[in-house]
Amino acid sequence: MQYETVIGLEVHLQLATRSKIFSGSPTAFGAEPNTQASAVDLAMPGMLPVLNEQAVRFAVMFGLGIGAEIGRRSVFDRKNYFYPDLPKGYQISQFADPIVGRGTFEIQLEDGSTREIGITRAHLEEDAGKSLHEDFHGQSGIDLNRAGTPLLEIVTEPDLRSAEEAVAYLKALHSLVTYLEISDGNMAEGSMRCDINISLRPKGSETLGTRAEIKNVNSFRFVEKAIQHEIERQSDILEDGGKVVQETRLYDADRNETRPMRSKEVANDYRYFPEPDLLPVVLDEAFIEDLRATLPELPREKRERFVSQYGLGEYDAGVLAASRALANYFEAVASDAGDAKIAANWVQVELLGRLNRDEKDIEDCPVPAAHLAQLIQRILDDSISGKIAKQVFESMWNGEGDADTIIAAKGLKQVSDSGELEAMVDGVIADNPGQVEQYRAADEGKRKKLVGFFVGQVMKVSRGQANPQMVNKLLAEKLG
Amino acid sequence: MSDTPSSTPTVDREEIEKIAELARIRIAADQAGEVAERITRILGMVDTLQAADTDGVEPMANPLDATQALRPDEITEENRREAFQAIAPAVENGLYLVPKVID
Amino acid sequence: MHDQTVAQLARGLREKRFSSVELTQHLLDRIQQLDANYNSFISVTGEQALSDARRADSQLGNGEGGPLTGIPIAHKDIFCTEGVRTSCGSRMLDNFVPPYNATVVSQLAAAGTVSLGKTNMDEFAMGSSNENSYYGAAKNPWNTSLVPGGSSGGSAAAVAAGLVPAATGTDTGGSIRQPAAFCGITGLKPTYGRVSRLGIVAYASSLDQAGPMARTAEDCALLLNAMAGHDAGDSTSTVREVPDYSADLERPLEGLRIGLPKEYFGDGLDAATGQCIQAALRELESLGASLVEVALPNSALTIPTYYIIAPAEASTNLSRYDGVRYGHRCADPVDLHDLYTRTREEGFGDEVKRRILVGTYALSAGYYDAYYKKAQQARRLIRDDFLACFEDVDIIAGPTTPGPAFGIGEKSNDPVAMYLEDVYTLAVNLAGLPGMSLPAGFVNDRPVGLQLIGRHFDEARLLNVGHRFQQATDWHTRKPEIAGGAA
Repeated sequence: MQYETVIGLEVHLQLATRSKIFSGSPTAFGAEPNTQASAVDLAMPGMLPVLNEQAVRFAVMFGLGIGAEIGRRSVFDRKNYFYPDLPKGYQISQFADPIVGRGTFEIQLEDGSTREIGITRAHLEEDAGKSLHEDFHGQSGIDLNRAGTPLLEIVTEPDLRSAEEAVAYLKALHSLVTYLEISDGNMAEGSMRCDINISLRPKGSETLGTRAEIKNVNSFRFVEKAIQHEIERQSDILEDGGKVVQETRLYDADRNETRPMRSKEVANDYRYFPEPDLLPVVLDEAFIEDLRATLPELPREKRERFVSQYGLGEYDAGVLAASRALANYFEAVASDAGDAKIAANWVQVELLGRLNRDEKDIEDCPVPAAHLAQLIQRILDDSISGKIAKQVFESMWNGEGDADTIIAAKGLKQVSDSGELEAMVDGVIADNPGQVEQYRAADEGKRKKLVGFFVGQVMKVSRGQANPQMVNKLLAEKLG
Repeated sequence: MSDTPSSTPTVDREEIEKIAELARIRIAADQAGEVAERITRILGMVDTLQAADTDGVEPMANPLDATQALRPDEITEENRREAFQAIAPAVENGLYLVPKVID
Repeated sequence: MHDQTVAQLARGLREKRFSSVELTQHLLDRIQQLDANYNSFISVTGEQALSDARRADSQLGNGEGGPLTGIPIAHKDIFCTEGVRTSCGSRMLDNFVPPYNATVVSQLAAAGTVSLGKTNMDEFAMGSSNENSYYGAAKNPWNTSLVPGGSSGGSAAAVAAGLVPAATGTDTGGSIRQPAAFCGITGLKPTYGRVSRLGIVAYASSLDQAGPMARTAEDCALLLNAMAGHDAGDSTSTVREVPDYSADLERPLEGLRIGLPKEYFGDGLDAATGQCIQAALRELESLGASLVEVALPNSALTIPTYYIIAPAEASTNLSRYDGVRYGHRCADPVDLHDLYTRTREEGFGDEVKRRILVGTYALSAGYYDAYYKKAQQARRLIRDDFLACFEDVDIIAGPTTPGPAFGIGEKSNDPVAMYLEDVYTLAVNLAGLPGMSLPAGFVNDRPVGLQLIGRHFDEARLLNVGHRFQQATDWHTRKPEIAGGAA
C-alpha cells in the first residue's frame, strides 16, 4: 500500500536572554556544573520565580514574525512530574493560555516551491537541567546550570509530509529566529531541540494514524535520518498487518535508529494548573506595537525583495536570504560591485562553497565584502579573467590582501595590449607550423575546434593573463 | 458535614495507590486501607462544593486580580555552589548524585 | 521585663532602664527554664541573639536605631534563616540549614530586632493544633493539656508564656489568628501581597501570608511597619506604598461601621464563646462604632473551597522535597523511584501526606474542572461577598474560632473535625483580606479571640480598632499562671 507521512514538530528554542527566565542566574553555555544554579534554580525552600521581561519580548517578537495572534493575557501553569533534572518537581510552562497563538509559516523547498505550515501555538517555559550518565559509582550526576533557561516551545500543525519538508521547516525557523536575534540558534549547544510526532496513513485517507513521538533530536541531519528511519519502521509494521504503538521514542544517532524510551512508560498525568507564584501576564497594545516597530526585514520579505530588486531566481534569493549576515554580505558586495547577479553567483558558489569546505560561518568569513566586490569589478573591467579571479579569491581567502594588491603582487593583470598580444600570437604560429597547416586545410566546423589549441598556447605563454577575446580575434585574423 | 454522603466518590485502595504513585509517596500496604478511608472522608467533605452554582464565574487565581510584573534581564546571581552543595546529601565533582537515571 | 509589650520594652531600652543584652539574656534564661513545659521553640540561637543584642546596645548607646532596635523576637520555623536550621516542623527539613534569609527575616533584622530562635509549628504549616510537628506538640500556656492552636502554635505559646514579646507567624487559613485566639494574644494576617513570601517555605502559594503575633495591636503595628513592603523577588508582592501603621492607632471609632456576618454567629458557634464576642462587640459600640448585620451568602463554600485549593497547591509545592539537593534522603536508595518514594514516605508526616494525596487527586486528569477550577470559581464568589459587604461597612467582626482551645489529642484522629476549626478564618485567606484576632475574654479559663476583617490593604484600620479596644479592655494584659513559677 502507498502511505502518506504526517509530521508535526515541537521545537524547543532557547531564547538569547542574559539571565534565566525566572531568576537572575546567567544562561551562558559550558560553565562548570551547578555554578550557574541559584537558589531559585535549585528549588530551595521559599524561593519564588520572577518573570524575565526579555523572554516575554522575544516570544512576542516571534509571534509578530509569523503573524500570529499574541496572547494579551497569558498564564503560566505548573506541569507536574518527578525527574532529577527538574528540581521543583514541576516545570513552569504555559498550557491553556499561551503567549503566542495561531500563525502560519512559509517554507521553501529545493525546487523553489513554497508551502504554508500552520503554527498551533508557541509558549514560554523553563528548560530542565541535565543528567550526566558517566559513571559515578553506578549513579548519575545532575547539573542544573541549564535549569531555568528560557525556552519558547513552537508547535506546528501536522502539516509536514516528508523529512525534506521537516528539515526545510527547521531551516526556515532557524533563519527567522536568528533574524529576530531572539536565539543564537546554536544546534550543537542545544539551542534548538526538536520533538517529532510522526504517523503514517494510507494515501488519500483523511484520518490520522497512530503516532510515535521522537524526543529531543538536535540537528537538521538527525531530524532527517530519524524521520526516514521512523517511516521505514512504521511502514514495515503496517505492511506486516501490525499496529503502531503510541509511544515516546529516542533517536540513537550512533545506531541510526529509534527505540522506545523506558522512563516514559508510565502514562503521565501532568496535573497542569495555574502557577500561583506568578500572575497573569497582560500585554497592552503599546508593548506589542513598540516591538513590532523594532522588527527587522524578515527572511521572506528579504527573499521577495531580492527577486524583485535584483532579478534573482526564487531559489537563489532564498539561499542568500537564509541568514541575515549572508544577506547583508551579499547586498554589500552587490552594491559595491555594481552587478547583483554576478555578486549573487560569486557569493553563492565560490564564497559559500569555500565556507562549507572550511566549516566556517559567514560571520567568520576572512574575505570582507568590499574585497569580493573589488574582485568582481576587476572581472567586469576586463582586468582579469574569471579563471584568474578564482585564483585571486583563493589568495584573498588566505589573507594575502585585497584583490588589487594580489593582482599587482602576482602580476595577474590581463594582457590587453594589442602589440604585446600580437607578438605572442605570431610566436605561437611560428612555433607550430604543422598545426597551422592542419588548420588551414580544415573546413569551418573543424577550425573552430582547432583554434582552441592556439588559444591554449597563447594563454600558456602569457601565464593565463592574455585577454581571451583579443587573442581569439588576432588568431582569426592571422590564421586566415 | 464530617459524615460521608453516600453519593460522593469513594476512593479505593487501588486509586489511592495510583495517586500515591503520582505523588511519589510510598504507602505501606497495611496502611493503604486507612489512608483510603480518611481521604474518602476528606473528599466527601470537599465534594459538597459540587452543589455550588459557579456557572460563568471567572476562576480567581489571585485575590487582588493583580497582573505579573516583569524583571529586567540582568544577571544578579553569583556562583554559590559551595554553599548550596554543603547542605546536599550527595555530591561529586560539583554534581548532585542520584541513582542511575534511565532515559 | 518579660511581661512588657514591645512598645514598653522599646521605651525601657531607650531610657537605659535595661540593655538589650540583659533583656535577651533574661528571656533566654526563661526559655531554658520554662520551655520544656510548652515546647514552643524548635531551635534557640542564644549566642547569635546575644551578639545581635550587643550590636543593638551599641546602636542605642549612640542614640541610633529605631523603635525595634534591641527587641527580642522569635521566628516561626517556616522562615528561612541563614545559618540556622529551618525545619518547617518536618523531619524532611530536620537537617536543612538555609544559605539565605527570608525577606521578612532580613527586614526585621535590619530594623534591629534580636532573634532568639525558631518556634514550633505544624509540619509545613498544615494543622490547627500544632500536633502535626515532627518535634512534638507545642502546648498552651493557659493549660498545658490544651493545644496552642496552629499552625503558628509555637509563636503564640512563646508570646503567651512570656518567653518573647513578639514573634512572626504565617497564616494560610487561620494559622496566625487561631493560635493567637487560643493563647490570648494579638495576631494579624495582612492582605495577601502586603508582606513578601520570599524565603518562607511555601504551603499554599495563593493563600500564604506572614504577619506579626504579639500582645497588643500597637506591637503588631510596630512589627508590621518593618515586615510590610514590596519585594521584587516575590511576583505576588504589591508595589502599593506602606503606610505608618502606628500613625493612626489613636483614631476615635466614632462613625465606624462594623459588619456582623450572620453566618458567623450560627449553630457552629459555642454559646459561651458567642457571649464573649457579643460583649466585645458591645464594647466597640460603646466606643462609638455602629454594628450592622451583613450577609456572606457563600460562606458554606468556604471549607470545601479551601480544602481543595490549599492541598492542590501544597501537593506541588512539596514536590521539591525529593532527597536530591537538600533535606532528608532515605538510606541506600536502590533506584530513583525508591529514592523519591521512600524519602517522601519517611520525611513527611501523616497530615502532610494526606494533603498531598488530596491535592494530587484534585488536580489529576479528569478532576481538575470539578475540583480546582470549581474551587477557584467559588473563591471569587466568596471574595465578592466580602467586597459587597465593604460597600456598606468599614470592617467585619466575629469570632476567630468556633470555641476555645481544645485538648491535645481530642481531634487529632479526625482530620475533617479539625478542618472545621478553621471555619471563620479560611475565607479571609481565600479573599486575600487582612484579618486580626484580639483577646476578648475567657471561657473556662481559656482565651477567646475576636476576629476583625478589613478591606484589602486596610491593616491600619484593623490595628486602630484593635488598639482602641485594648485601651478600653484588659483581656490582652491577662497572663497565664506560669508552671514552675520561675522568674
